[in-house]
Amino acid sequence: MAQLEVDLVDAEGKVWSGQAHQVTAPAADGEIGILPGHTPVLSLLRAGEVRVREERGGAALAWHVDGGFLSVDSDQVTLVVDNAEPTTAGN
Amino acid sequence: MAGSQRVYRQRIRSTQSLKKMFRAQELIAASRIGRARDRVSMATPYSRAITRAVSAVATHSTQSHPFLVERTDTNRAAVLVVASDRGMAGAYSASVIREAERLINRLTDEGKEVALYVTGRRALSFYTFRQREVVSSWTGSSDAPTVEIADDIAGTLLGAFRAPADEGGVAEVHIVYTQFVNMVTQRPRVLRLLPLEVVEGVVEPGEAEALPLYEFEPSPDVVLDALLPRYVRSRIYASLLQAAASELAARQRAMKTATDNAEDLIRMYTRLANQARQAEITQEISEIVSGADALASAS
Repeated sequence: MAQLEVDLVDAEGKVWSGQAHQVTAPAADGEIGILPGHTPVLSLLRAGEVRVREERGGAALAWHVDGGFLSVDSDQVTLVVDNAEPTTAGN
Repeated sequence: MAGSQRVYRQRIRSTQSLKKMFRAQELIAASRIGRARDRVSMATPYSRAITRAVSAVATHSTQSHPFLVERTDTNRAAVLVVASDRGMAGAYSASVIREAERLINRLTDEGKEVALYVTGRRALSFYTFRQREVVSSWTGSSDAPTVEIADDIAGTLLGAFRAPADEGGVAEVHIVYTQFVNMVTQRPRVLRLLPLEVVEGVVEPGEAEALPLYEFEPSPDVVLDALLPRYVRSRIYASLLQAAASELAARQRAMKTATDNAEDLIRMYTRLANQARQAEITQEISEIVSGADALASAS
């Protein structure tokens, strides 16, 4: 199954990068969930929680972000955020 | 003769303590430069992502954003000079300031009024000593700039760019910093930050790879609105980091040269001191011998 290539970066450097099954992020007008094969999208992010699930049904990694933007382009997900703080993931 | 020997010994001692200081500065710069270079490379993914996104939106956005068009209502131009807080870095600050002066002269020749923004105590004292007006300055962290400082600078410059003409608004923002090429080469560079020129780094929509047709959330214009200030901030942060790495590299090299020079001086003074001592001994011997001769011929 296709995987997402995820890069989470903030101004000071790369926070996380790797393969993932699902990414959820607080987009400008509501939570956005991204699975492999998503159409190209460029969206602003509000303050909120970014979650990355590495495997289907697996545990999620989570960060609190202060805002930023997200781009998806042929399974390449780039999240550019201000101030990523790791948090413990809820489900 | 005994006097000159003492003078040489004194000079050797003072040069030795200078050498210790130079050596310490060299080692400090050398230990920090690795971290500074790491920070430059760590900031690269962020600016690359943001550049890519900005170019993607700019091609899709319908209306022209204020950041992208020339202002015609004022002829003021802001110049941000990025120099160091301390000396002991050879010609580092001097060459940035020289480049800035060249830019300022060019802008003045074009009939523009220059508003100075300065980071680093060296540049600040250069301008205050010449009683040139400095609009804002930031000092104290030229060798380890933080995101907060970059935010502050970006906020001030964007504020000036957005301000109306009669409240000190500026039509252009230039930044003069030192580009870190490698450990031996650092080049002063002038960059026009605003209005943004061509946005580089886009994948050319060639036959192999087309620029993806993004969906914009909520709309291209809103996205562009939010991206451009970030883009400017990341450009400023990147140039501060480059300048910091350049400063440390310049300092390391300058202090290395200074240490070598001190060693040369010590060697030279040691020779002179030895010569003086030898001359003294020779003189004493000849005095004794001639004294003994005189005694012998008298008796």
